[in-house]
Amino acid sequence: MNTFFILVGRDLRLSVRHRADTVMVAGFFAITVILFPFGIGPEPGILERVGAGIIWVTALLASLLSLDHLFSDDEQDGALDLLLTSPAAPTLVVAAKIVAHWLTTGLPLTLLAPILGVTLQMPVGSAAPMMTALLIGTPTLSLIGAVGAALTLGARRRGILMPLVVLPLYIPILIFGVGAIDTASMGFDAGGLFAVLGGFLLIAAALCPWAAAAALKIASE
Amino acid sequence: MHALANPTRFLKLAATIQPWAAGLCILCFLFGLPIALLFSPPDYQQGDTVRIMYIHVPAAWMGLFCYGVMAAGSASYLIWRHPVANMIAKSSAPIGAMFTALCLLTGMLWGQPMWGTPWVWDARLTSMLVLFFLYLGYIALGGAFDSPEQGDKAAAILALVGSVNLPIIKFSVDWWNSLHQPSIFSMAGISVDAAMLPPLFLMVGAFQLYYVVVVLMSVRAQVLTAKIRAAKLMRTT
Repeated sequence: MNTFFILVGRDLRLSVRHRADTVMVAGFFAITVILFPFGIGPEPGILERVGAGIIWVTALLASLLSLDHLFSDDEQDGALDLLLTSPAAPTLVVAAKIVAHWLTTGLPLTLLAPILGVTLQMPVGSAAPMMTALLIGTPTLSLIGAVGAALTLGARRRGILMPLVVLPLYIPILIFGVGAIDTASMGFDAGGLFAVLGGFLLIAAALCPWAAAAALKIASE
Repeated sequence: MHALANPTRFLKLAATIQPWAAGLCILCFLFGLPIALLFSPPDYQQGDTVRIMYIHVPAAWMGLFCYGVMAAGSASYLIWRHPVANMIAKSSAPIGAMFTALCLLTGMLWGQPMWGTPWVWDARLTSMLVLFFLYLGYIALGGAFDSPEQGDKAAAILALVGSVNLPIIKFSVDWWNSLHQPSIFSMAGISVDAAMLPPLFLMVGAFQLYYVVVVLMSVRAQVLTAKIRAAKLMRTT
């Protein structure tokens, strides 16, 4: 357990030294969300109908962009080999990296989302369900994305290959995430949808570190 | 199964199976297509449009079946390093993608007259579309590495991760309210008229045998390519 926290601390310290990475992810998220009102037009009612979907899809894409360097930074300077051959279980190493990744990308996105919801003319009542849905959903995105990042480590055309591999797996989370926000902001009980999102998180937390560790073993052979 | 891990032994078995499979496949098409398209009874509600079912349903089953074979082969490759299993998995991917695409396209052709819309975002159609993209991802990932072995193993893991989609597709019409028809075969019995079963099974048989023939051809091509590459390497040393 101690190893886990040491590894999370290491990754967090590295992110603090490269603060620009986190700011860039948040910046990309903000700018892309702001593009939509220009693209869709000022007609009332449309933006708030599709707002939840826009927030979720952009959070997804911002998450994907930042997953690119989850393992490749460490792979390039050899730290990944050291981590995998250390006494720590590879699953633990991967889990620690995923937690650090979420803390530096998913969490800022979650905190930023309600503010951007205002630019999309979303009702005030949607802020709380939006944050809850993103809070449960973004760790799942990090977990599944880590499997994709590990699988494509060392591949050609990594930038376009990883989204192709990972986005089909993201679709269920997107469906339930948007459903939860829309249902809750209309005043209906969205407890079931949040529960399904939680279920996805638990399944991903159980299986993804193991799958990603297996993929890293293949990549380092 | 492990006796067939030797590619040469597998090719010998394939050589005996293939002509029979091809012959039976042609017979199934020769009997299945006329019965399905001409002689089977029209539906009491849908009329003759129901005949798309004889292509759509077997294609859907084959799309799922090919992914199942791909996942089983990938597991076999990862656990036991079974080389032929990996080749079968890689061969099944484009065939399965084609069957899934055929299912989606025939479904759209069927949906337009029947439902009034070619597409609806319900659970069954969405999960079949996701299956199609999973196939594409598998094919793309397998070919994206300079080392073919790394690509094969990475793609194998992806196939296993994506296999969680299979039960979702199968049970989606039961778990969610769907525009799509519920399963034909369920605990409550068979929900399609008995007169429609023979052409349906003939078409399923035809598609399955087609799959067997093409997979065996593809595996032989892969084995021979590997042999040529090894021979070239031997020649230069």
